[in-house]
Amino acid sequence: MGGYVIRRLLQTVPVVLGVTALVYFILFQTGDPTFLMVSTDASREEVERIRRELGFDQPWYIQYLQFVGRAVRGDFGVSLRQGQPVFNIILERYPATLELTFAAMFIALALALPLGVISATRRNSAVDNLAMAFALVGQSTPVFFLGIILLFVFGGLLGWFPIGGRGRGEPLDELRHLVLPAVTLGTFSVARNARLVRSTLLEVLGQDYIRTARAKGLAERVVIWHHALKNALIPVVTVVGLEFGTLLGGAVITETVFAWPGVGSLVIKAIGQKDFPVVVGTVTVLSVSFVLINLIVDLLYGYLDPRVRYR
Amino acid sequence: MDGRPRPETVVEVPALGRELGTAARRRARGRLVASLLANRLASFGVVILGLVCLAAVFADTLAPHNPRVGDLVNSKLPPAFLPGGDPRFLLGTDELGRDILSRVIHGSRISLLVGFTAVALAGAIGVVLGLISGFYGGRIDDVIMRIADIQLAVPFILLAIAVLAVLGPGIHNIILTLGVAGWVTYGRVVRGQVVSLREKEFVEAARCIGVPNPIIMFRHILPNTLAAVIVVGSFAVASTILAEAALSFLGLGVPPDVPTWGGMVAAGRDQILTGQWWVYTFPGLAIMLTVLAINALGDWLRDYLDPRLKI
Repeated sequence: MGGYVIRRLLQTVPVVLGVTALVYFILFQTGDPTFLMVSTDASREEVERIRRELGFDQPWYIQYLQFVGRAVRGDFGVSLRQGQPVFNIILERYPATLELTFAAMFIALALALPLGVISATRRNSAVDNLAMAFALVGQSTPVFFLGIILLFVFGGLLGWFPIGGRGRGEPLDELRHLVLPAVTLGTFSVARNARLVRSTLLEVLGQDYIRTARAKGLAERVVIWHHALKNALIPVVTVVGLEFGTLLGGAVITETVFAWPGVGSLVIKAIGQKDFPVVVGTVTVLSVSFVLINLIVDLLYGYLDPRVRYR
Repeated sequence: MDGRPRPETVVEVPALGRELGTAARRRARGRLVASLLANRLASFGVVILGLVCLAAVFADTLAPHNPRVGDLVNSKLPPAFLPGGDPRFLLGTDELGRDILSRVIHGSRISLLVGFTAVALAGAIGVVLGLISGFYGGRIDDVIMRIADIQLAVPFILLAIAVLAVLGPGIHNIILTLGVAGWVTYGRVVRGQVVSLREKEFVEAARCIGVPNPIIMFRHILPNTLAAVIVVGSFAVASTILAEAALSFLGLGVPPDVPTWGGMVAAGRDQILTGQWWVYTFPGLAIMLTVLAINALGDWLRDYLDPRLKI
């Protein structure tokens, strides 16, 4: 197990390097941000000097290696607009994004499980059809549109929830701020997971050991929740890891709609201001978190399915 | 007859094989239509998608007004069926006095164009790389699959945001970005199928008579993976349309004067508190219905072509 963890960690290194190279290459090869940092009346010598100071005169692979060398120490450079270290800016906003993402994930699982189980156990009933229709609609609704509709109905019209921001201090106030963005972000995942739970559960329910369990007179409740669901959840767990990537991406959009002060709204603002160090830093941090979450999910796998042997 | 079954009786897979006779092909097509009509949701999908396609093709004739020009005299008019509405503007006008209906009709062009061309591009890249990866295996396979891993480690929408931030808005850039960002799913699915197909007798037979590798790959193996590619592609059109809408919503899609559904919802975001819900609701519903139609069709296609596909 220990060896497996180390090997799996080592495997993530080239992936992380590849990701940063990809992002760095995309962002720095298409333009030289020096001009954004100097005043328009700066002399050519002045521009040249700043370019050399920032290292933009070096070939891209040198720039990239320097970037990686600094990044492993948590140094993503300085924001071109705010003048602060990028790492500090990200660190300040990262908890908000994590909070939103985990809340959405919680909603996704808390609703998808019962929905999927009810659908599978009452296959083709009215409840099943309704749940699956909801799932199909949920999967087809753009995150930003859902967010705006929820804002309009529950924020504007009914006034139940605040229309943006994260709230400060009181837990209850923070919770009220969190509800709409988390529901917005989580709906797509509720839909996808409910469908997945339903189809895997249906598959498992057709197997022999379930017939055995029923034949020996176990209550249907026990058969479903104790015997069937355990096996049906295995593919769901894999998807949950991947789901995290969808949620982090969706968080960028949700945060923009709800003025949620996380890294998603940060990256969109940075793009508007051509603040490339912030963009590179944020995308790197988000991608690395995604890779790490998937690593954790992989390791959790063994607990859920003892048949998985770590080699 | 030498007692072997005639080709028509062997073919169970729907009309994808190139060696089907005309009679068998007609029969297969009949089965396809019958299966489609039996699925109410999929039939609904065909109707909706057909309407959207018609709207896109005949936008200039169908739209009652110029989608880009409005008269401020008519600004912020509610839909015609509400008090204060103007019968000339069926779905109302935005704050610049532009007709919402005309803009929704024209917006279908961008959604469909980006949805289908980006998916075609992603499919072409993914199928070729997947074929090469699965057929040759070894070092090439490793390299291609590691690139896929790296790309998967960056959340899709985040990657698209980063690339578009650099390339700048524009229809070509968005197609290119979504196309290149989306190849991984095809690559993996095709590779998975090719790995098992290349061991089959018909490939061995082709090799024995000296058929060159590229022809084995594209003439003999490729047609057998098409069912999976079509299913992946149908869902990809839905998610690409959602991605395009999200990017346009964030202002990274096409230039703002081109009417897009995502861009229209973004413009309506500022109207949440003013109560002009029609500005964002109709374009939002247009995205939802189109994506819903494609998802419903995708579900049916998967069940029809290969129910065992887990996509």
